Amino acid sequence: MTPVLQADRLGKRYGRRWALRDCTLDIPVGRVVALVGPNGAGKTTLLHLAVGLLQPTSGTIEVLGERVVDTPAQLGRVGFVAQETPVYPTLSVADHLRLGAHLNPDWDRRVAEERIQQLQLDPTQRAGSLSGGQRAQLALALAVAKRPRLLLLDEPVASLDPLARREFLQGLMEITSEQEVSVVLSSHLVADLERVCDYLVLVAASRIQLAGEVEELLASHRRLTGPRRDAASLPAGQQVIEASHTDRQSTLLVRTEEPIHDPAWLVEEVSVEDLVLAYMRGATGAGHDPSPVWGAKR
Amino acid sequence: MIEFHLDARSGVSPYLQLVHQVRHALRLGLLDEGDQLPTVKEVVGRLAINPNTVLKAYRELEHEGLVSARPGVGTFVTKTLSDDSLAAHGPLRRELQRWLVKARRAGLDDESIEALFRDTFRTAALEVVA
Repeated sequence: MTPVLQADRLGKRYGRRWALRDCTLDIPVGRVVALVGPNGAGKTTLLHLAVGLLQPTSGTIEVLGERVVDTPAQLGRVGFVAQETPVYPTLSVADHLRLGAHLNPDWDRRVAEERIQQLQLDPTQRAGSLSGGQRAQLALALAVAKRPRLLLLDEPVASLDPLARREFLQGLMEITSEQEVSVVLSSHLVADLERVCDYLVLVAASRIQLAGEVEELLASHRRLTGPRRDAASLPAGQQVIEASHTDRQSTLLVRTEEPIHDPAWLVEEVSVEDLVLAYMRGATGAGHDPSPVWGAKR
Repeated sequence: MIEFHLDARSGVSPYLQLVHQVRHALRLGLLDEGDQLPTVKEVVGRLAINPNTVLKAYRELEHEGLVSARPGVGTFVTKTLSDDSLAAHGPLRRELQRWLVKARRAGLDDESIEALFRDTFRTAALEVVA
């Protein structure tokens, strides 16, 4: 089946700084993808390249099997909710729906109205006076009513309080259970997305550090704790992602396809968050080194 | 109808937590033959989890012969868990209680007891495999 998003050595440079480089990705259909990484790592750049708001400096990107061009046909198949979930503050909720219906050829009025009703939004209310959570939900309803095959959401829950965050993700998961839509959502907090995503893409220091099905990633990584040992002495199949040592003990996070039988190790499973943090620290130098990537603003 | 919940700190994967909760409800008689499980949409709308997680849990339960999916209608309980295992709980629990008293007398604190149990459990499991 055609991947929803495919990038080949994709890069975007601003002046002398690469916002994203050497990005090669192949995201299958039907996934809920968590695009995670520190602020300024390149997440927004990747999403903007996917919707044609930016042109690549190098490499290629295809969305739903086609080169990204901003033709109405292609834009209609992709729903995009930008950061801060922008709406028109002086227009009412109902105005937004009318606008959506005018601008989108495949607008599904029933879906839009159902979502608004379910959210108990007052159609006459001005969008400017909605709460952050309601605004995010309105933006999601508009994106979904386009009946997109791919939904791209840039930090949709970052500015929401925990309840609104939960409600937003509940709504989003209802949508994915009803419609055949693939979703990519970015966040700098992996904990927000851990329960909803089944595919992970980690961007740090302008590069893809890790990408794959969450289940496979979790199955192929283990934390080993045992007597101090040089990481170089591990069997060939075990790739060390992160190592820390005390004078007596070693703690390693390894990637391996084989089960680990060495009785000297205490072998533990890792969480998505453990995995993300280990790869991020690897990408940005030592964990305590305040690399400029962390401080950079989007 | 039962309602699912998730414990983020348990370390048990969400899909397994759903499986366990159905089995638990079957054992306690909260679910009976013919009862319907919540639809995928209901579960994801409540827990904010990926629909595939629910599908995977339901497939596993189906594989165990506990439920069956009727396309377009829902997933229904086809079997109750036998009371035989439940009947065995009482004596086993009493034995365990006696053992716990012995362990405390021997000077073990809660953490040591848990560690001992886990370690023995693991070794025993390995012996079964070997």
